[in-house]
Amino acid sequence: MSAGRGRGIDARPAGQGRGIDARPAGQGRGIDTAVVLGIETSCDETGVGIVALAADGAVTLLADEIASSVDDHARFGGVVPEVASRAHLQAMVPAVRRALRTAGVAASDVDAVAVTAGPGLAGALLVGVAAAKAYAAAWDVPLYGVNHLAAHVAVDTVEHGPLPPALALLVSGGHSSLLQVSSVAEPMDPVGATIDDAAGEAFDKVARLLGLGFPGGPYIDNAARAGDAGSVWFPRGLTGPRDARYDFSFAGLKTAVARHVEALEREGTPVPIADVAAAFQEAVADVLTAKALRAAADRGIETLLIGGGVAANSRLRALAERRCAAAGVRLRVPRPRLCTDNGAMVAALGAHLLHAGAVPSDLGIPAEPALAVTTPLV
Amino acid sequence: MQSVLVLAIDTATPAVTAGLLRLPGDGPPELLARRVTVDNRAHAELLTPSIRAVLAEAGVAAADLDAVVCGAGPGPFTGLRVGMVTAAAFADGLGIPVHPVCSLDAIAHEAVGPVLVATDARRREVYWARYDAAGARVDGPHVARPAGVPAGGAVRAAGAAAAMLGLPVVAPEYPGPVGLVAVVAAELRRGAPPAALTPLYLRRPDAVEPGARKRVTPA
Repeated sequence: MSAGRGRGIDARPAGQGRGIDARPAGQGRGIDTAVVLGIETSCDETGVGIVALAADGAVTLLADEIASSVDDHARFGGVVPEVASRAHLQAMVPAVRRALRTAGVAASDVDAVAVTAGPGLAGALLVGVAAAKAYAAAWDVPLYGVNHLAAHVAVDTVEHGPLPPALALLVSGGHSSLLQVSSVAEPMDPVGATIDDAAGEAFDKVARLLGLGFPGGPYIDNAARAGDAGSVWFPRGLTGPRDARYDFSFAGLKTAVARHVEALEREGTPVPIADVAAAFQEAVADVLTAKALRAAADRGIETLLIGGGVAANSRLRALAERRCAAAGVRLRVPRPRLCTDNGAMVAALGAHLLHAGAVPSDLGIPAEPALAVTTPLV
Repeated sequence: MQSVLVLAIDTATPAVTAGLLRLPGDGPPELLARRVTVDNRAHAELLTPSIRAVLAEAGVAAADLDAVVCGAGPGPFTGLRVGMVTAAAFADGLGIPVHPVCSLDAIAHEAVGPVLVATDARRREVYWARYDAAGARVDGPHVARPAGVPAGGAVRAAGAAAAMLGLPVVAPEYPGPVGLVAVVAAELRRGAPPAALTPLYLRRPDAVEPGARKRVTPA
């Protein structure tokens, strides 16, 4: 139902905000600036971000509020969808209020609302999608239901400016994908993906078997600082000559770590946690960067972008820097805060869609738990 | 006394309900427009379009609303949350209060007491509450097997799961806009601050803490 949709973006030049007569004087931002609020609830972070879109398409971060339910999931060793969904409901309105306050914008200044429509946990997505629709209806502004993975790519422009054609390596607790990006806000071309566990999932599982905390990423990273990555060799999945060139597999790696730890335990040898953490992390970083650079070389792509929570891993960042430099590939990695799930990335993609003149989403869109990477906007 | 313009929402049952009402200074709420769609799988798709439809039908701008009333359950979690977060966000976006109502109370208001109200809680259980002849809730809300619901002094049953309680069944099946608003009419007229918008889940999340790690090699 689109009746009563107040300001379709097709009713004004791309990138323009509300007309000058609709905006109170003395606003501080020029009339060529639009404000986009983004909502993210695909997993366990309730994220609300606000960005400003300039007439030239530049996107500036104004607010990035997060409420995380991660501590509620720790004792379960993984994200419990119902626990996450309950937390989203409680956190949503306070997070929007905090974001508006931080950004210094009034609700009446918001020109569009963007929300993660998928992929993600169904019940969790629904909370954000319903909230975004309600804000869009209350404020009478367009809604953009966007792809979570495309938003991980779009957020990099907030930090590093316009994105040239790039290969994106998106690695988190839910995803491990290689995607070819022609332009932010355009459909992405799937190049490779994990065939079993996501990389972040492997971090969680290995952290658990080493007796470290949840989520595993930061704990493994910390433990590995004191370890010797060469102390033991863990397998690199799908790297044989007949294996899929760009796909990943981490289930075998996780099992290899478990066998190693169990063998030590059987012998009564103390498990060298730092060494095992470092060797495991090395195996993940090695295969992720090797396959990403292989795909970049095969396809003649000169820029590699890494996003998602695992992009916060220090070894992955360091190895990617070294190998990109050697291959002559430009590396772009947003700061860790923008790599993990957040609302700013959703706002950023919404802003790029607004600038590109995309047709807003209908207020009747569903949440799309299995949304394909080829669909940036629902 | 001035009348109050209210949007009523409930998604605690398969009925996705939005209503626009005028609550006069005295007397029952007057229904201006209503959209009710019974669809268990499309709460998030249907609700906001339904809200826009009732506003359009009544010729009321969202900015003219004075308050939102929202069914707070009990109800199946995912659908319930759609209504509650929509109500919370819509009211916040307009800068108006949102008043929670036990969804079973809204059903009871439109039935004649003393009455048991029961709705489907899935897993062969019902959400239920009991109301006296004056319409006051005297037990519940609870979640239980139908056989475990005590009739108390109730002589009738209402709600979509009423037929499982062994009492004469009366309307309504689902919480309606008039019932939702009537339950909090006094607060709305006074402009009293609303209660906290807390969902009535009545069940804990299904999650088990993992036991000892499973070995991948024989011990």
